[in-house]
Formats: sequence, C-alpha cells, structure tokens
Amino acid sequence: MAIFLTKESKVIVQGMTGATGMKHTRLMLADGTNIVGGVNPRKAGTSVDFDGTEVPVFGSVAEAIEKTGADVSVIFVPPAFAKAAVVEAIDAEIPLAVVITEGIAVHDSASFWAYAGEKGNKTRIIGPNCPGLITPGQSNAGIIPGDITKPGRIGLVSKSGTLTYQMMYELRDIGFSSAVGIGGDPIIGTTHIDALQAFQDDDDTDLIVMIGEIGGDAEERAAAYIAEHITKPVVGYVAGFTAPEGKTMGHAGAIVSGSSGTAQAKKEALEAAGVKVGKTPSETARLARELIGK
Amino acid sequence: MDLFEYQARDIFAKHGVPVLGGAVIENAEEARAIAEGWGGRAVVKAQVKVGGRGKAGGVKLASDPADAVAKAEAILGMDIKGHTVHKVMLAQTADIKDEYYVSFLLDRTNRTFLAMASVEGGVEIEVVAVENPDALAKIAVDANEGVTDAKAREIVEAAKFPADVADQIVEVLKSLWKVFIAEDALLVEVNPLVKTGDGKIVALDGKVSLDENADFRQPEHEALVDHAAANPLEAAAKAKNLNYVKLDGEVGIIGNGAGLVMSTLDVVAYAGEKHGNVKPANFLDIGGGASAEVMANGLGIILGDPDVKSVFVNVFGGITACDEVANGIVQALELLAASGEAVTKPLVVRLDGNNAELGRKILSDANHPLVQRVDTMDDAADKAAELAAK
Repeated sequence: MAIFLTKESKVIVQGMTGATGMKHTRLMLADGTNIVGGVNPRKAGTSVDFDGTEVPVFGSVAEAIEKTGADVSVIFVPPAFAKAAVVEAIDAEIPLAVVITEGIAVHDSASFWAYAGEKGNKTRIIGPNCPGLITPGQSNAGIIPGDITKPGRIGLVSKSGTLTYQMMYELRDIGFSSAVGIGGDPIIGTTHIDALQAFQDDDDTDLIVMIGEIGGDAEERAAAYIAEHITKPVVGYVAGFTAPEGKTMGHAGAIVSGSSGTAQAKKEALEAAGVKVGKTPSETARLARELIGK
Repeated sequence: MDLFEYQARDIFAKHGVPVLGGAVIENAEEARAIAEGWGGRAVVKAQVKVGGRGKAGGVKLASDPADAVAKAEAILGMDIKGHTVHKVMLAQTADIKDEYYVSFLLDRTNRTFLAMASVEGGVEIEVVAVENPDALAKIAVDANEGVTDAKAREIVEAAKFPADVADQIVEVLKSLWKVFIAEDALLVEVNPLVKTGDGKIVALDGKVSLDENADFRQPEHEALVDHAAANPLEAAAKAKNLNYVKLDGEVGIIGNGAGLVMSTLDVVAYAGEKHGNVKPANFLDIGGGASAEVMANGLGIILGDPDVKSVFVNVFGGITACDEVANGIVQALELLAASGEAVTKPLVVRLDGNNAELGRKILSDANHPLVQRVDTMDDAADKAAELAAK
C-alpha cells in the first residue's frame, strides 16, 4: 500500500522543461514513475522525448489534470516563481504537491501554506526544500535515488535528503514501504506527525524510522504525538548535536536559537516517548534491525 | 541576517515607524557635533548583534557634547560577549513615561506569523514570557490577510495597552507590519516602544532579522551585510557560493547535503572523545552535484584554515555517482597543486552509495600520498580524528 504515492499515482512535473526538471523527470521515469505530463504555459502543446517516452507539456496544472487525471505534481520551479507554481497546484486541487525547490523565501512559503488552508487543504504539500518521496518498486516523486534499496517494511520520514539516502542504504537489505523527505525549511507542508500517522495506518509498514535535525520544535511535537497515537515501533535520529547556537547549518530551518531547537532536547523528548534514538546513523540502523528482528 | 540597531532604526523610519533622531559613528570625535545639534544631550549605544549590552556598559547617557565624545571613546573598541564594538549609535534622549513591547515574527510551530505585544517592555521579553506570561499577548497573523486595522486593534486590546495610546499603537503596528512584509523579515521587534512625557509613542530600540532566501528580490539588503565582522574563511567561502560555517575544532569537514554534514560533525566529535578531544573545524556542504571545481574550492578553503589538522571528506553518492566525486577529489588536488597551494594535511575519504566501488578504485589508483580511503562513516571519522590528534 505504502503512503502518499503508489504505482497508481499519475505524476506531472511543474518545471519539467528546465534543466533540473528534465534531469529528474528522466530519472523518475527510469524508476517506473507514471509521469503523465509536464507544465509550462510557454511550451503548451509540445512534448518532450525521454529516451523514447513522449511526455506531453500542458499549459496549466488544471489542464494537465483534466487531460490526464494527474494526482501528484512534483515542482522544480526556481525560488522566485515557486509560490505561483504551488498556488496554481492548490487552485487546481491536485491531491499532492511535492515542492523540491530549495531557497524559497519564507514569506512565500507562509503565504502558500495559508492559501492551502483557505482552500480547504485539498492539496497535501510536501516540502519545500525536500528530496520528495519514494515508494520503492512503485513510484518516485522527487530526487531520491531509486536504486538504493528495494520494497520492504520500514517507513522513513526525514528532514534531510542525504540522511534519507544514508539510512536507506544502511537498511537496504530490509527495504522500505515508503521514504518521505519533508524538508529542512522553517515552514513545511507535511510534517513528521503527518507521515507518522500515515505509516501507522499503512498495512505495509512494520517499523518507522524518523530523522530530525536542529531547529524548531517539530521533533518534540512528533514525540508527544508518538506517545499518544503511534503503536508501531519508532526509531529516531537527530543531527546537529555539535551545532553552535545562532548559526544556520545548511538548511534554512536548521538553527539553534537560544536554548530552543537543540538536538539534545529533541533526543530527550523522543526517548521520553519510548522512541529508541541512535547516536549516529549506523547505530540508528542497528536499533532498527534489532526491532524488526533482522 | 540580524541587523544592527542603527540599521533597524533606519528601516523603521523608512516605513513610517516613529523613531528618534539617531546617527552612527565609528570615530568618537564625530559625537560632538551630533550632540550639539540636539542641544547637548545624547545616548551613546554600542552597536553589537548580541543582547545584554546595557548591563555590559555598552549604553551610556552623555550630558554634554564633550561627554558624548568621552562616552563614545570608552564604548568604541569594547568587547561585549565576544563582539568588538566598531560602531556606536548616538540617539536623541527621550522623556520616558512608559515602556512597551511589540513584535512580528515567524511562528514555525503554527506555520504562520505571530504578533507579540506587552505593556511590560524595556526588559528581555523572554523573561516576561516566563515570569509573567499573562502580560505577553500572542496573536496569530494570517500571512495573506496581514495586519489590518481590525487586526491591529485586536493586538492592542489583547495586550491591554492604555486607551490614551491605543490609536497611536495601532498605527505603529501597521507600519511595523509594512517593515515585516516589505523587507522579507523573519523578526521585527520594538523594545522598548515608549510613551514620552508629551504622550507620543516612539520606537527607542529595535531588532530586525532578514530572510536571506529573499535576497533575490531585496537588492538593497546587500548593503546591510557586515563584511567586517565575517570570519575571513566564511567570507571567502561565501564568495565562492559555498555553504560554510567556521567552528573551533581541528578536523576539517566536507560533505554533501546539510543533514549528512551535520551528522558528520557529530560523529567526528564523538570519535574525537577518544583522540584528545579533537572537534570538527567547520561545516561545509558542497551540495548534490559537486563538480571537481566545487570540490577544489571547498578543499582550498579548508586547507587554508590554520586550525585544521586533518580533513574528512564524507560523501554519499545519491544522484551524483561516487566515481564522479572521486574524480573530483583527484582533480581538486591537482588543481590546488597547480595553483601553488601546498597540500600537506591528510585527507580521509569515505565514499558510499551510487557507484561507490568505482569511486574507491579511482582513489586507490590515484594513490595520492595524503589521501586515505576508509569505507564507513564511523571508521572514517575515527581515522580523521586520530590524524588530527597527532
């Protein structure tokens, strides 16, 4: 079953005709993703050939949905135009918008998030500044490498792209139901909590691995949620124990402000909720192995 | 990016938030004419991006122009919590009857913006929040609706501002919201917002933090960057578009992806506990598709850091294949050698993921005397820490 994305998903790409969009559309197709179209108003009516697969370009998300029944959009639009792209996806009521774009101004993210709420939250937003999500063996919506691992029974939710890959690699012999990169920006759509609940409800997931990092209080809130609502075993990892206060560590949201947002506080909150937390990625993988019995 | 007080004051004035006269100087003698222009008296305020400067002696009242020069002289060059004072702001004095607090900020938890307001200004708002939480009103502000008249009234009522200043504070809130939106700010704070003897509301001190992701549409923000204060290595890295933060350890770190690099710092610090407590010397994320040039730029910065004793290159090949990364490292070392840069520090390289075997073979074949291959993150961190402790 997996979460948010299956082989039935019909995927469009906003920004498909740009360099990054082209590169990753080709890779997503190679992973078996059912890509039904791209969106670019200036190239509407044309199509792009990806190693023999013709992908049509539509003038708008709404048109793409009307012509193809698309239900997922992956957004590679540059930061200056990303808000307009997400708003267009929301207006078209596409069920899932995956915002890969890094470097979106936080006022823009706050604005499209508020807009999604005004429109009744018909569009689930993942990201921005995220690697997207993959359901191995079925579909890949974003930039997560498709060949790290195979289908399996671990669900993964992570703020970080490369740590997602690292963890998938450490546990590649066991495999994953779905892996979701939720992004490292201060304002994101889908949270750890949303993914945890979805994995809890997913019959194909036996164990959940949750990766967090410094900044904000998302991990603390996830811990409280786990204590209350999640009965499947959860293994956690938090990056940034040695990060100094007041310095942004790569991700716009990864910053310790005063005493808030520290890795230590997040680890303690997760452990208090019964989550086994690894000190390193390899130890985290070991804990997951123990719990899943492999 | 956090601004200095004088920059915040200028931005407030630009958008109609009432402020007093102020001027920033780097030379104490300039204080004389400024104070004279205001009838003699002035407040002399250290310009540092850290709280608690008043307690540290960085804010003084000058009674006459000569005193203003003396006070400026005393404050310039002071060290406040590790920040050297290079500039002071002279501000007009105010007849303060009451001190309030107002701010707008990003509320990450609720994914919206937040107004905070209190009639108990003039002290650190974190203290008010802990000791007297009822005195701090918090009102959510919808990102798309913004601060309308009605929203400003709601904030004023929630904070229980006195009736005689309510109308003025409504106007201040609307202007301050303009600052927040027009400048793509993450925080705009006025503390204290004061009521003067003649009943006027004035912003006496403020903080502004700007979103660097919005730089593409805020060309004027470049002029606000404090180049003098930047660490020279951080400045050099920024000039090369590298995501670098200087830390105070000995193991230079290069990795791909912010999360993996943060994790690498932690793993190196743990390994360092066994090797004389060596620590990571920096954060450097060279991103996903790191070319040889980017690798060379990154290595150049790190090898130029005199604190660095060893370097740990930690790469997980995702979309970028490890053979490309390995070629990048080999070429980077050649580029550095060709540019006359003496590479003398040992490098520990861990490659995993896409085409790892091929990448490892390239490094083995290149057989560079300073490069060691270690194939897991933990073992490589241990080796790098060991080499740095030597």
